[in-house]
Amino acid sequence: MNRITYSKVKDVRDAIHEHSTTSQAAFIAGGTNLLDLMKVNVMQPEHLVDINKIGCDAIEQLSGGGLKLGASATNADTAYNEDVQHDYPLLSEAMLSAASAQLRNMATNGGNVMQRTRCYYFYDTTTACNKRSPGSGCSAISGYNRMHAILGASEHCIAVHPSDMAVALTALDAVVCVTGHAGAREIPITSFHRLPGEHPEKDNTIEADEIITAIKLPPSSYAKHYSYLKLRDRPSYAFALVSVAAALELDEEQNVISASIALGGVAHKPWRMQEAEALLTGKPATAVHFKLAADKLLESATGFEHNNFKIELARRAIVRALEQAVNKQTEL
Amino acid sequence: METEKYNKTPQVSQVSLKVNGQTSTLEVEPWVSLLDALRDHLGLTGTKKGCDHGQCGACTVLVDGKRINSCMTLAVMRDGAEITTVEGLSQGETLHPLQQAFIDHDAFQCGYCTPGQLCSAVGLMQEGKAKTLAEVQDLMSGNICRCAAYTNINAAICEVMGIEDKGGRI
Repeated sequence: MNRITYSKVKDVRDAIHEHSTTSQAAFIAGGTNLLDLMKVNVMQPEHLVDINKIGCDAIEQLSGGGLKLGASATNADTAYNEDVQHDYPLLSEAMLSAASAQLRNMATNGGNVMQRTRCYYFYDTTTACNKRSPGSGCSAISGYNRMHAILGASEHCIAVHPSDMAVALTALDAVVCVTGHAGAREIPITSFHRLPGEHPEKDNTIEADEIITAIKLPPSSYAKHYSYLKLRDRPSYAFALVSVAAALELDEEQNVISASIALGGVAHKPWRMQEAEALLTGKPATAVHFKLAADKLLESATGFEHNNFKIELARRAIVRALEQAVNKQTEL
Repeated sequence: METEKYNKTPQVSQVSLKVNGQTSTLEVEPWVSLLDALRDHLGLTGTKKGCDHGQCGACTVLVDGKRINSCMTLAVMRDGAEITTVEGLSQGETLHPLQQAFIDHDAFQCGYCTPGQLCSAVGLMQEGKAKTLAEVQDLMSGNICRCAAYTNINAAICEVMGIEDKGGRI
């Protein structure tokens, strides 16, 4: 790891100020991704601004309904929070499928959505990677790309976003609250992460001087019928090859009132497509209809050789996750 | 250029850590991990460096009662924290029930992962979320055992937690 300087700040204003004192500063909260990347020289900040104690660690109900997750609350405290488990069990399930117990005790909510891809070429500084070193090329497109994107990729990058939490947040229409020199703003989670396009070095739409303060969840009607299906090479402590956050609101005849489906492990951002969800509205919650929605979600899917299997895997995972959501036995 | 930058960099911070009940003040550079501070500055080499990337769990310690990977946090970030390492689990000559159970169940071969497994299992018990063998397996998956002593590790943990170990899989 490079020699660095370090400072601890006490509030959001201090954090933004301290971060702006050098162009090579980085915020550190849990540190589980940043320190990992610093040890392999993929990220090389000169100054770390510790934002663990800036008063953003509460999880609280919003007065108009909904829940506010503090950016520096840990993933464990969030996933096991009573309100999260009761009102947003899909989020809890997704978060508990991620990482290990130790990492969840460290990693924070803000850091979770800010985490970088686990593309092996991004991590390997001896190879070309447009995300790590813009303009150097993409080693994954013609290399070994089993874990890579099947949706929304560009000729410059086929990396996927690794977060499970962000996939559930996407299905639940969360909003990311950020503050910078220009003040506070709210970014819908669907436009927080971005597709690689010509600038894969940019993972998201947060500005360099901005800091995440919270993630807001609107009131949800998906606490009863939900499923987070995560498919991976071992049943615990691995990143998703394909994951599906499926949420349904059903009437008494098991017809779909509304549906929300977000995919993980398949694109540079959690993948959601409202046209596919609309295909389910008013229809019986059955596999026939789920398959139509899956086909729609994957209509532009493209494999790059080693990840071709992900297209069919995703198709089946979507149907299975929706079936699991229908049959979920949740005591409310 | 690099040398100049190095010379200008304030290199040492004072960090106070209460490790296994004893408070120490260390002078560490900001880039020193908690793991390196424990091992190299405090001489507590029970905590192991496996992957140094938060993947293997050998460096697991308890910080303010919660299990974390000590390789993935900086010592300066833990100023004022209470830390328990494997050296702090026993009461004098009396082993922690988990330590005794690991011996009784032959829950290790080379032993390199054992300090991390023990601290992780203590954290697991304090969290109180695991009620079944499958949940123990899932919540212990952050600790890798190269000798694959998993069956015996699970048996030891389940015995201490009073969970019936039916020898199943996740």
